[in-house]
Amino acid sequence: MEYFFELFFSGLTRGSIYALIALGYTMVYGIIELINFAHGEIYMIGAFTALIVAGVLSLLGFNELSILALAALAAVVYSSAYGYTIEKMAYKPLRKAPRLSALISAIGMSIFLQNYVLLAQTSDFLPFPSLIPDFHFLEPIAHLITSAEVVIVVTTAVVMVILSFLIKFTRLGKAMRATAQDKDMAMLMGVNVNRVISFTFIIGSATAAIGGVLIASHIGMINFYIGFIAGIKAFTAAVLGGIGSVPGAVLGGLVLGWTESFATGYVSSDYEDVFAFTLLVLILIFRPEGILGRSTTQKV
Amino acid sequence: MEPILEVNKLSMDFGGLRALDAVDLDVKNGEIAALIGPNGAGKTTFFNCITGIYNPSGGDIYIAPPGKKNGNRPERINGIKPNHVTKKGMARTFQNIRLFGSMTVLENVMIGRHCRTRTGVAGAMLRLKSTVREEQDLVDFSYGILERMGLARFVNDLAKNLPYGAQRRLEIARALATEPFLLLLDEPAAGMNPQETRDLVDLIVRIRDDEKVSVMLIEHDMKLVMTLSDRIFVMDYGKKIAQGKPSEIKNDPVVIKAYLGEDVDA
Amino acid sequence: MMRIFSLEEIKKSFFTCLWFGFLTFPIMVVRVNTIEDVVEWRWNNLIIVVFGSFFLSFLWRYMIERKEAGRKKAESGEAEKKPLVRRIMDNPRIYRPLLAAVAIFVLSFPFLFSSYQTNIMTTALIYVMLGLGLNIVIGLAGLLDLGYVAFYAAGAYTYALLNYHFGLGFWTVLPLGAVVGAIMGILLGFPVLRLRGDYLAIVTLGFGEIIRLVMENWNEFSFGPSGIANIPRPGFFGMDLSLTAATNYIYYIMIGMVLITIFFVNRLQNSRIGRAWIALREDEIACQAMGIDKTKTKLTAFSLGATWAGMAGVIFAAKTTFINPASFTFLESAIILCIVVLGGMGSIVGVILGALVLILLPEYLRAFSDYRMVLFGATLVLMMVFRPQGLVSDVRRVYQFKGATEKGE
Repeated sequence: MEYFFELFFSGLTRGSIYALIALGYTMVYGIIELINFAHGEIYMIGAFTALIVAGVLSLLGFNELSILALAALAAVVYSSAYGYTIEKMAYKPLRKAPRLSALISAIGMSIFLQNYVLLAQTSDFLPFPSLIPDFHFLEPIAHLITSAEVVIVVTTAVVMVILSFLIKFTRLGKAMRATAQDKDMAMLMGVNVNRVISFTFIIGSATAAIGGVLIASHIGMINFYIGFIAGIKAFTAAVLGGIGSVPGAVLGGLVLGWTESFATGYVSSDYEDVFAFTLLVLILIFRPEGILGRSTTQKV
Repeated sequence: MEPILEVNKLSMDFGGLRALDAVDLDVKNGEIAALIGPNGAGKTTFFNCITGIYNPSGGDIYIAPPGKKNGNRPERINGIKPNHVTKKGMARTFQNIRLFGSMTVLENVMIGRHCRTRTGVAGAMLRLKSTVREEQDLVDFSYGILERMGLARFVNDLAKNLPYGAQRRLEIARALATEPFLLLLDEPAAGMNPQETRDLVDLIVRIRDDEKVSVMLIEHDMKLVMTLSDRIFVMDYGKKIAQGKPSEIKNDPVVIKAYLGEDVDA
Repeated sequence: MMRIFSLEEIKKSFFTCLWFGFLTFPIMVVRVNTIEDVVEWRWNNLIIVVFGSFFLSFLWRYMIERKEAGRKKAESGEAEKKPLVRRIMDNPRIYRPLLAAVAIFVLSFPFLFSSYQTNIMTTALIYVMLGLGLNIVIGLAGLLDLGYVAFYAAGAYTYALLNYHFGLGFWTVLPLGAVVGAIMGILLGFPVLRLRGDYLAIVTLGFGEIIRLVMENWNEFSFGPSGIANIPRPGFFGMDLSLTAATNYIYYIMIGMVLITIFFVNRLQNSRIGRAWIALREDEIACQAMGIDKTKTKLTAFSLGATWAGMAGVIFAAKTTFINPASFTFLESAIILCIVVLGGMGSIVGVILGALVLILLPEYLRAFSDYRMVLFGATLVLMMVFRPQGLVSDVRRVYQFKGATEKGE
């Protein structure tokens, strides 16, 4: 039973991270129907930025809490800036092109960013400082769940609530939903579509950066390649929950996290990534609209 | 005259929305039939149902291709795939032109004959005698259609570079290449100027008389519909509200009400 | 034409370069050495980025403007100018001697250059073959297959394992590699082909990764990450060849294979099947309404593409004599995709050019080799943004008719 709970909590943590990254996929897909292949790289760049900023600040002798705050802030700012720039350069000129063109461009962007970080930084795994402080009240169950895990789960929940609120109740959210429905119509109604799309990328990138910082300080290692696998898994989570839906992304992330956690715990740890990919293939083949999604009829 | 297409109580639901509600309709051999109605009446949905793009929620669609030797017993075609519908002899055009833009005009028509030709992968790679012969026949046949449609001078041009009216005609030519017994035209005159529309009327009559293909068309141009059609079916809100000869439809109060709305005199 | 150096433009470029300076600052300038706890500041990188982006932003905007102008021209019905490659290919006076010169060069290559060079050329030719195969799937049928490398791996493992367990030779396995590729194409293709374009891309990527991961972990079957060594090179009527002779021999085999591939792909693309692929790429619904069986047509494209990858895999295993799963990562699929995209989707000449440029350039220009993958990524983006039809765009066959082909009859 202890083992079960251990797996349960580790799955919950993993799932929360996938959910944080999946939110970006789902929001971008919801608006411009593009699988933003470079989204995983944005998450990786967020983690690297946090690592660099934390490294510099700790050498300058800042205290732990201010390092955490500034590193997380830098990660969010930089990831958003990258997301914004990528959209402007690689996707915006292709908005009227066939969908596969934009997807190929996104794949190119992903490869470019991976190798840009590889060349400018290093191909080695870098140790990532544990930025999250220990909570003493957790000590009795510390063998089941760590304070980092608590922080990750709580952060995900908070981000999801904020995003849902933003989409449902704010002007920007209304503009986003209008753009997702019909770009031309939204434009005629006075929505600045370009700005809405930019905002979507910025918000999606910011959540990915939060995910990046949390997972990096939880696992304690990063390299230039972490974005690729995490990206595909987060995409799996987004599709699993029903792409375009914010609660769906979170649900999908959790299902994927638990699947991985229990499968590696009870079946075999060699095939960790295979389980995720298999789930991805199965869900796309048998229920491409996802758990919370609705099936659509193609217009003629 | 035997009907070549007979539709009984055809219904189509999208979620809670009933786009087609028990529509009865038939087309006889050698006829030009028209399907009219206000926007959103369900005309294109009707075409999509009988050509297999949608699977209808209820009702029956029967076809009876004319000129079959062993009698023409009607065959039910509900829910079969679009390519099978075409193979059985109903071909269509689209409201928003859907040509293969980066292929040449000739190739567009050749695609229409895909289901009447047989070359497979091995044949294509080895270029057997039968393949070469089939290919030559295909080119000649397709060129013949282009000549009859007045498109021969565009033969090697890319479809996307054609003028608008010619694109509409090319869509018809492509559909004719499938050797249909019934041609379904979805708003063939949309966006055409008066001269092009007059040419289109001649073209459709020629298709019926020379090519021996029956025609059913959806159209908003009432002048065209009234001069061309043998019979007219009128739809509104997914239901068939009237049918008959042009002269009958013209004076049918139900039809006038559907088109002009109830509160027109208010 | 835009006035490039107007004040307005300079201001735009100025802000662009500030933005990129800010954007690349932490990654390009700062490097934290966590072992010695020192920070390395590389200010020269900042200078490169700022100046580079200042000048490139002019070029970027100029290219965007040119593309817009080109689009407007095309809409107003003006014919595009024929590209250089196309003009060469349309003129027999030029292309015949050119072709002869290329043929002589290609055939005498092993005698003119070292076997190291020959080896590189063989690698490039393998990519030509892979590119031509993937071109069927992506370029003609419009199916974005991101797991193409799986079929390449299947071919390589077919040869390695059949040789290891049963001692089968290269020439026996080469056709088997084609068969295994085709069968795998059908097996993987069947479930995924009803998916929409972008989902298909992700599922094929997933399949590709699953196969690689299984190869990495299923030690009993594939010998895991350590791979399979001592795979024999192709035999030449039972003779033992010296290393140089074997290298040259594989080179000529590869030349033959590429010629065969070109021959068949060319025939396919102007056949009933090839036209159906292109029609499917252009408009799925219209395609079905014209009586084409969507599933069957996609499946033929998918499995025929896989066939070439299977054969290329067998040759790859024979050439390197050692294979392991690391040779078959997603990046490999991405490189092949890049070849097709750069060369021009649907164009045989384009794909050959694309493969030669992308594989040989980093080999011969040392300066490029470090930046290989960065350049591949950038190529994909830039090609899609500025020249989606590739270096050599696909041109449809022209038919001649007696009499009435004059324009404006």
